[in-house]
Amino acid sequence: MENKQFVTVNNVKVPLEGEKNILELLRKININLPTFCYHSELSVYGACRLCVVEVEGRGVMAACSTSPWPEMVIKTHSSELRKIRKMSIELLLAGHDQSCPTCHRSDSCKLRMLASQFGIEKSRFLSKKKEEALDYSSPSLVRDPNKCVLCGDCVRFCREVQGIGVLDFAHRGPNAKVCTAFDQGIGGTECINCGGCATVCPTGAIAPAYQHDAVWDILSDSSKLVVAQVAPAVRSTIGEMFGFKEGTDLTGKMTSALRLVGFQKVYDTAFAADLTVLEEAKEFLDKFVNGKKLPLFTSCCPAWVKYAEQYLPEKLDQVSTCKSPQQMFGSVLKDYLARELGKRREDIVVVSVMPCTAKKFEAKRDEFKVDGNPDVDYVITTHELGLMIKEAGIRMEELESSAMDMPMGLGSGSALLFGNSGGVTEAVVRHLGRAVGPVENVEKDSSVKGVVKIAAEVAGKKVKLAVVQGLNALNSLLESGEEFHLVEVMACPGGCIGGAGAPQSEKQRKELIEARTEGLANIDRQNVLKTANDNPFVAKVHAELSQDEHRVHKLLHTHYHARTRVQEEGVSVLKGEEGALEVKVCIGTGCFLKGSQDLLKELLNSAETQSWGKRVDIKATFCMEKCGTGPNVLVDGESVPLATIDKLVASIDGKLAQKVKV
Amino acid sequence: MCKCQCNKSDLPAEGRSFNEVVKILKKHDYDEHKLIPILQEVQEEYRYLPRSVLNFIATALKVPASRIYGVATFYGHFALEPKGKYVVKICNGTACHVKGSMKIYDAIKNRLGLGENEGTTPDMLFTVETVSCLGACGLAPVMLINDKVYGSLTAEKSVSALEEVLKAEGGKDE
Repeated sequence: MENKQFVTVNNVKVPLEGEKNILELLRKININLPTFCYHSELSVYGACRLCVVEVEGRGVMAACSTSPWPEMVIKTHSSELRKIRKMSIELLLAGHDQSCPTCHRSDSCKLRMLASQFGIEKSRFLSKKKEEALDYSSPSLVRDPNKCVLCGDCVRFCREVQGIGVLDFAHRGPNAKVCTAFDQGIGGTECINCGGCATVCPTGAIAPAYQHDAVWDILSDSSKLVVAQVAPAVRSTIGEMFGFKEGTDLTGKMTSALRLVGFQKVYDTAFAADLTVLEEAKEFLDKFVNGKKLPLFTSCCPAWVKYAEQYLPEKLDQVSTCKSPQQMFGSVLKDYLARELGKRREDIVVVSVMPCTAKKFEAKRDEFKVDGNPDVDYVITTHELGLMIKEAGIRMEELESSAMDMPMGLGSGSALLFGNSGGVTEAVVRHLGRAVGPVENVEKDSSVKGVVKIAAEVAGKKVKLAVVQGLNALNSLLESGEEFHLVEVMACPGGCIGGAGAPQSEKQRKELIEARTEGLANIDRQNVLKTANDNPFVAKVHAELSQDEHRVHKLLHTHYHARTRVQEEGVSVLKGEEGALEVKVCIGTGCFLKGSQDLLKELLNSAETQSWGKRVDIKATFCMEKCGTGPNVLVDGESVPLATIDKLVASIDGKLAQKVKV
Repeated sequence: MCKCQCNKSDLPAEGRSFNEVVKILKKHDYDEHKLIPILQEVQEEYRYLPRSVLNFIATALKVPASRIYGVATFYGHFALEPKGKYVVKICNGTACHVKGSMKIYDAIKNRLGLGENEGTTPDMLFTVETVSCLGACGLAPVMLINDKVYGSLTAEKSVSALEEVLKAEGGKDE
């Protein structure tokens, strides 16, 4: 301790304590330099040039990408630095759409805030950019390229946290832009809808897709029973929009506000989370006791589910068949409560309030519809609910608390923990502790970024669990080959409370997530119901449902299928004449690895030797969504699974012979 | 004549090109760091970079398609649209520019009836583009039609060079 080293900042001595860059050092002493492109969880980019400092003997340097050294002398706001920052902001403004009053990020836009903080009264530079169309192709996100300032935060988030890379920089110089491959709509890409890009976007260039206008409309339709289900994370984040401290529990006020907005019933998604725990624990025990394939992956996070469908089709049979709490709630409510209230399915409208953009996509999936009617009709984010409350002029701060409607308005403490990373695991373990036997010798290991490994003994048996945040972390875990019994996967860092549906906040990400997590932990502490078994209403519904296995399966479970990442025709390999027999060989990742390329080559050879000539048209296509049986080939629309060249030649010859007859 | 519908699937020499892509990928060991040479060789094969082939390369290299699109759009050399049978490259480097290369550019585009944002004739015979320098400043202004160099040009000379090609093609442009 005696050999402490120091840096001088604006004439003040500051001890060096292993900060990785000057920016972190300055934050320690409460100087918050402006930055667009610095996020502590992402790689350092150094592009926005707003965090510049003057280093004696070295000149102007970017604080985010410079490590501090002993005896360094730093100035943070000399007149030269002020000029540079102002100029940078002005230039950023020049390339930016300036429709601020009508932008939904207006109250949380970093660019707008910085412009006012630095006293930019007008932008001297005119934009030469052509206006681009907005991208509404995704149910979860909207892209407005005109508001992009090219900070690259979204590009790095998608690549580094989710390991996907839907977005990247394209073109060059003044034409440079952030876009998807081939600049297609984001809805048609491999995007998993997590919305992490929208969370890190400093402006309104990528934002959650809003649906609350439609909810207002349905609320004024008197022929419908409009009910709300509210996810655990919403109650501890919505306060941020009304001046409450991060993590404040607003369950009661929020419930009152929902009623004032016009919802006829207010229910708790935590109710369905309790149901999920019961079913998932049952599924886990079955696999564990009977030596079936493990680990079991959780299925609550729809972004992770889409990821698994696209990138890990061979693991889909290990993903829990339990519907997510949102969907379980929707199906149980529309089936069970519909009868109780004597309403038709079509006349009940379920609106979910979620901290998540991927839930918007999930609700639209075909798996979750009955005769075209969705189990969940609308999904709005926490932020959208906040906007509705504000629009209605409700004074949240002054509101009396009220309780949710029963029976589906009650959740145990462990169900509420679903809102943060590790919560599902905690709930399952608590349940096993009650249902199976004591949980002992719990050891946690958080040494790997984004992963918590838990070893415990349940009723004397060793169980290994992993809690993962971010899909890149999951990839590393899978590559490590380490074996687990249960793996909880959440796409968003922090879990649902870090979701893209939460209100935007100026707070540093890490502190924010800690505060919100603590908020939910507090709610759990105060809840007398600790596990799903403690919840009398859940026990009743579950017992009743359990009498009919078929209904349990229909209402609480589902199956996911392999999904292609590339929505297009494929490569023409051998062009046939009009009306030729169409042969499509899959060259998606799974089939590619199983040798579909060689199969194509052999097929071309056969085309010559069998003298098919122009009667056959061969195409190499992308994933056929049947990865389990690769290599997959379609001959005249008919599937040839586990294709070999002999099988194909026989099939093609057969089809050609048939054609001749016709 | 091929209209836009058939451009997408109108690929040369049955099967050969796709097999060539597979060979190119193998030759470069499916190494994502060799993306640029891979794209160069694939473009050599197809004369441009078809979208479906880029998607295939992305799958094979395990690189996001957005990254490949980013690289392919960054370099002027790469084309994502099919190019014509004849590529006319008009040098617009400093020397050629000073000696009036844009007049040549305008004359050629005018002769082919190409509008401001059009580079390729609808019959896929010609693509007209500018390049930064062909390294033949002594011959300025200079242009290439495929691999043939035409130097010390005037607007008239450049158009008559074009007419020769058109004549050889049997007046298909008319």
